[in-house]
Amino acid sequence: MPDTLLPRDGLVIVAKRDCPTCVLVEPVMQSLDRAGPLAVVSQDDPTFPSGVRSVLYDDELERSFRLNIEAVPTLIRFKDGREVERTVGWERNEWMRLAGDAAEGKGLPAWQPGCGSKSVEPGVHEALIARYGDPGLKSREIAVGNWDDPMEACFERGWTDGLPVVPPTDERILRMLGGTERKPDEVVGLIPPNLAPCTVEKVAINAVMAGCKPEYLPVVLGVLEAALDPLFVMHGLLCTTHFSGPLVIINGPAAKAIGMNSGVNALGQGNRANATIGRTLQLIVRNVGGGLPGAIDRATLGNPGKYTFCFAEDESDPDWEPLSVRRGIAPGKSAVTLFHGEGVHGFIDQKSRTPEELVRSLAMGLFGVGHPKLCDAGNAVLVLTPEHYKIFKDGGWNRRRIEDELFQALKRPGRDLVWGAQNVAEGLPPKYADQVVDKFQPMPDGVLIVRAGGEAGLFSAIIGGWPGQRVREECQSITREIRP
Amino acid sequence: MNSQPKLRDPTAESSPVRRARLTPPPSLDGKTVALMDIGKSRGAEFIDRLEGHFKKAGVATRRYAKPTNTKVAPTALMQQIAAENQLAVIALSD
Repeated sequence: MPDTLLPRDGLVIVAKRDCPTCVLVEPVMQSLDRAGPLAVVSQDDPTFPSGVRSVLYDDELERSFRLNIEAVPTLIRFKDGREVERTVGWERNEWMRLAGDAAEGKGLPAWQPGCGSKSVEPGVHEALIARYGDPGLKSREIAVGNWDDPMEACFERGWTDGLPVVPPTDERILRMLGGTERKPDEVVGLIPPNLAPCTVEKVAINAVMAGCKPEYLPVVLGVLEAALDPLFVMHGLLCTTHFSGPLVIINGPAAKAIGMNSGVNALGQGNRANATIGRTLQLIVRNVGGGLPGAIDRATLGNPGKYTFCFAEDESDPDWEPLSVRRGIAPGKSAVTLFHGEGVHGFIDQKSRTPEELVRSLAMGLFGVGHPKLCDAGNAVLVLTPEHYKIFKDGGWNRRRIEDELFQALKRPGRDLVWGAQNVAEGLPPKYADQVVDKFQPMPDGVLIVRAGGEAGLFSAIIGGWPGQRVREECQSITREIRP
Repeated sequence: MNSQPKLRDPTAESSPVRRARLTPPPSLDGKTVALMDIGKSRGAEFIDRLEGHFKKAGVATRRYAKPTNTKVAPTALMQQIAAENQLAVIALSD
């Protein structure tokens, strides 16, 4: 490293006043300065240590970074401009071996560990790599004019969903990549509609833009992998004229660990993890896959959930079988379930007091999905709130019982549903007139029941699905375990 | 001033770094062209000549002018131009 202020032949000590060990060895540094030549790189105080002629204030931490300092004090011996030896912390024997008798430090303990270097503090290290090192990122650089607002540059390049995004700088991307142990160049999959390869690095860039914290990244990767399962038919969901977009439901310890909301306003705004994980998936489809509204996305109206639609299940009741477990994931594991969801339809029932009453009532609400006379317009998600769930629980009904009873309650005589019946043209073909027809597919796919919501309110939420779900062999909701 | 800010491309990088200009229309038939005088000296003479050429070619035009050549056009003026025209000539002179 061409640093003319460091001695070509001599000693360098990197220290900070905030480190008790560095303060402890201040007399040793003074003694070594008298023996010279010595330079002390001070990370946090240009006046520390006192009594040393060459103190190089490293407030930008560039020297600490270039010297690869992990802890302070670090004593380094240079010869012919090259580092030949170093020792970390205070250990008399080691210091004397490197620096001679002047490093004896009479009266000091023989040994005391040092402190972490400021240059490796969380977030700082990534910033220093971005500034002074090789970030190792493969995505191409986009220069922004000195006087241009990077956020506006993102808009101008068409990288946003209509809301501002966080500009993806190297520093932020490196921090985001710190959230996973997966390699940045690992290809997660091919993103529709253009089937463009998407690396972990591209996921991280879009996660930065969406506003994710690094600890969300494993969940984001799990969500993306689920979306790329061919059975989820992400391409079809993207280009449909229907309302639907990907709805993300998170189960297990990951949801708690990153502070996802499964309680008050769980389907609404206000929780960073809920908001940004769902948004990242949409940004990846837009930016990497090229799925643009008005181009391949042909939604007639769309729905606000196409910005982001993600929440966690309330797993606080040990009697409740979580959605992920119902769908084959081991208890205690984190998982993502993806559903082709349209908007939220609020369901009000403040009169039912028994499970039998409530299940019949819910069936009436669920029958409205798509159209009350259609039975192939997609499946549904039923979000049971605490007050509605309590009615079932008090009646001794668990998830399986609710599913079974709901499935029965969702049968209708075909004669009421065929074309023209009830003076409504829409409906089922005449061949169903003599049949009893199921509104949805068999459980648990037909209605994904999930618990969430605030304590007060005899409401539940119905989220209709996508007609593409009508052929189960071709299109399904997907549940996948999230890798740590 | 710090060094030029740099971002990383979040896309599949299938388009050039430098954004492409909008493709010119294949024909001016039925289009209205905004002629905006940016306020530099003799700019109006240049716009007058262009207007004459467009008129001979049967192309509709509308005239606009920036209040001052020292500042960007007001947002309302740019919105008006975008709403009333399909093409624009922003004319310099000197």
